[in-house]
Amino acid sequence: MTHLLDLDHWQEIRVALLRNRTRTLLTAFGVFWGIFLLMVMLGSGSGLRNGVLQGFSDGATNSFFLWTQRTQKPYAGMPAGRGIRMTNADVAAIREKVPEAEVVAPRNQLRGFGGGNNVSRGRKTGAFSVMGDYPEIRRVQSLRIETGRFLNPIDVEESRKVAVIGTRVRELLFARGEEPIGDSIVIRGVYFQVVGVFVSPQTGDAAERDAQTIFVPFTTFQRAFNYGDRVGWMAIISRPDVPASVAEEKVLSLLRSRHKVAPDDLRAFGHFNLEEEYTKIQGLFSGIRLLVWIVGVGTLAAGVIGVSNIMLIIVRERTKEIGIRRALGAKPSAVVSQIVSESVILTSLAGYLGLVAGIALVVGIGRLLPPGGAGMFLDPDVGVGEALQALAILVVAGVLAGLAPAQRALAVSPTVALRSE
Amino acid sequence: MIRLTRLNKSYPMASSKLHVLKGIDLSIAPGELVAIMGASGSGKSTLLNVLGLLDGYDDGDYHLDGQRIGQMSETKAAGLRASLLGFVFQSFNLIPFKTAVENVALPLYYQEVPRRKRNKLAEEYLDRVGLADRAGHLPRELSGGQQQRVAIARALISNPKVILADEPTGALDSQTSLEVMEVLREINATGVTLLIVTHEREVAARTRRVIRLRDGRIEGDGPPETVFGTASPAPAAFAHVVASTSDSAPAAVLAT
Repeated sequence: MTHLLDLDHWQEIRVALLRNRTRTLLTAFGVFWGIFLLMVMLGSGSGLRNGVLQGFSDGATNSFFLWTQRTQKPYAGMPAGRGIRMTNADVAAIREKVPEAEVVAPRNQLRGFGGGNNVSRGRKTGAFSVMGDYPEIRRVQSLRIETGRFLNPIDVEESRKVAVIGTRVRELLFARGEEPIGDSIVIRGVYFQVVGVFVSPQTGDAAERDAQTIFVPFTTFQRAFNYGDRVGWMAIISRPDVPASVAEEKVLSLLRSRHKVAPDDLRAFGHFNLEEEYTKIQGLFSGIRLLVWIVGVGTLAAGVIGVSNIMLIIVRERTKEIGIRRALGAKPSAVVSQIVSESVILTSLAGYLGLVAGIALVVGIGRLLPPGGAGMFLDPDVGVGEALQALAILVVAGVLAGLAPAQRALAVSPTVALRSE
Repeated sequence: MIRLTRLNKSYPMASSKLHVLKGIDLSIAPGELVAIMGASGSGKSTLLNVLGLLDGYDDGDYHLDGQRIGQMSETKAAGLRASLLGFVFQSFNLIPFKTAVENVALPLYYQEVPRRKRNKLAEEYLDRVGLADRAGHLPRELSGGQQQRVAIARALISNPKVILADEPTGALDSQTSLEVMEVLREINATGVTLLIVTHEREVAARTRRVIRLRDGRIEGDGPPETVFGTASPAPAAFAHVVASTSDSAPAAVLAT
C-alpha cells in the first residue's frame, strides 16, 4: 500500500474523476446533498431543542409544583367537592417529615397580569403579577438580576416591605433613566421599596410574563394582603440524590392525611413535575435526533449508491486499461486500492463540501436570529462530534461504494489487454 | 527459458468444451528470437496468454525460467509477470492520459519503485528507443511507430527475461514495421528472449525460429527458411525496404 504515498496514485485519481466532469459533478452532488441535508436537519433539531429546553434553563429539573383543587371523593365523613387550603403549618410539616424535600418554597400570588390595575407609583399605574416568595424560588425559576439584588432570608424573616421588579414593571412605573432602586411602589395600597430589577432568561410569552412580575417576601405578602397563614402553592426541590417523583409522592400522601383527603383521591392536589416534563422533552428530542439521522443517512445512502453505480460504469469503460495494467504487473490489491481510493475521494470530498455548506448555513441562520432566539428556535448548532461522525460515515460509505466496482475490476482478466478492438 | 510439456488448454462452452491447445511440447532457450505463426483460431493467442501468465492451463507442464508455473494466485502471477515478462501489444496499449515517460515508468510504479527513480529510468529507456525528446508527449501526439517504441521501452524497463510481442507490427505500415522489428532485434541481441506472435511472413522471416500452429498443435518448427521453404513470398516492395535499411536481414528475404 506504499503507492498511497505516491504522487501518481493521486494524479490518476484526479484524471479518472475529471475525465467526465459533468458525470462526476452530478454524482458528487448526490453525496453533497445527503450530507448537507443531514447537517441542516441536525442543526435545526438542535436549535429547536435549545429553544425549548431554554424554558428549563438553570431551573432545577428535580423540582415540582403543588397546589390545591377540590376533593373528588367523600372521606372521613367529609363530602366530595370540598375545597382545601394549605397553610404555613403544612410547610412546616413537610419540612419536618419529608427529608427528601430539600427546599420547600411556599408561594402566594396576586393576580394582576391581565386583570385590573393593582400597582401604582405616583400617577403611573399597572396590572402586574405580585408573587410572595422565598429566596429559594430562584432555584426553581431562573432569573438574572440586572440591578440591585433579589430577596434574601432576612427580608422574609423580618417581613420587610421590599420588592424585586421585572423590566416591564420598571418601564411602566418609572421614567426612562429614572433609578428604581431605593424608590417606592404601591401594591394594593401598601408601600414597597424596590431593591432589585430582574431579567428573565426565557423567550417569548414566558419572558413577557416574567417581565411583568414583582417579587415580595412571602411573609410580607401574607401580612400586607390579608392572607393570614394561607399558602397558595408550593415549589419543592428534592434532594439531589432523590428523584423528584419520590419526594412528590411522599409530600402528597402527607398532605392528604393532614387534610383528610382519601389516599386514592388523586385530584385533590394538583401537581406538576418539572423533572418528568424535562425527561419527556429530552426523550422527544432524542427521538427527533434519531429520526434526523435515519433520514439523513438514508439520503446519504442514495448518494453513495449513485457513486457505486458510477464507479461500476467507470470500471466498465476502463476494462481495457485495467487489463493492460494487470498485464504490466499490477497486483489485485493495487487495482482494488485504485478503485476504492477513487470512490473514497469522490465521496469524502463531495461530503466534506456538503458538511461545510450545511454547517455554514446552520451557523448563518444562528447569526441572523435575534439574541435569545426566535420563537422556539435558539442557537442552532452542529456538534463537532456529530460532524466527525458524519465524516467517518462518509469515508466508510466511500469504501463500501468502491467495493462492488473493485470486485468488478478484479474480475477483469488481464487477457483483455491482448484483445485488439 | 520456456518449456512446455504436453500442455492442454480448453475453454468451457455452453454445453461442451472448446479444446484449444492440444498437447503442446515446446522448448525455447534463453536469448532466442522466435516467431509464432498461425491462422486465426489456431490457438496462438491462447498460447501467448498461457506463456504470459495471463491465463492458466488444464494439464501438462509449464516451466518459466526454471520455475514450474502451476495454479497460482493472481497476486503471485502479477509478481512473476512484473519481474520476468514484458509485453508489447498490437494496439500499443499505452495509457492515453499518461505521457510517454509515465507510460514507460508504469511497470515500476507497480513494483513500488520511488517516483523519481522510475521516471529517471524511464527517460533512459526512452532514449534507448530513440524517443528521449518525446518524453513529455501524450500517446495521441505520437505516431504509431513512436507509440510502439514507447510500448517497447515500457516492456523493457523492468528488465524482463522474456518479451512477448503480440502482432507488434499489426497496426503499422511496412516502413515503420521494419523499424520496430529492428528495435526488437537489437533488444534480442542484448540477450532477452523474444517471442513474436505474427501472421506476417515478412516479420517472421526476420526471426531465427518460426513455430507454426495449426488447430492447437505445432505444425512446423525451425528456421524461417525451413518452415517457409526457399521460395519466400515477401513482396518486392517490402524486400526493397529491408534491403535499404538493414544489412542483417535473413537470407530468405533477400533471396527474392
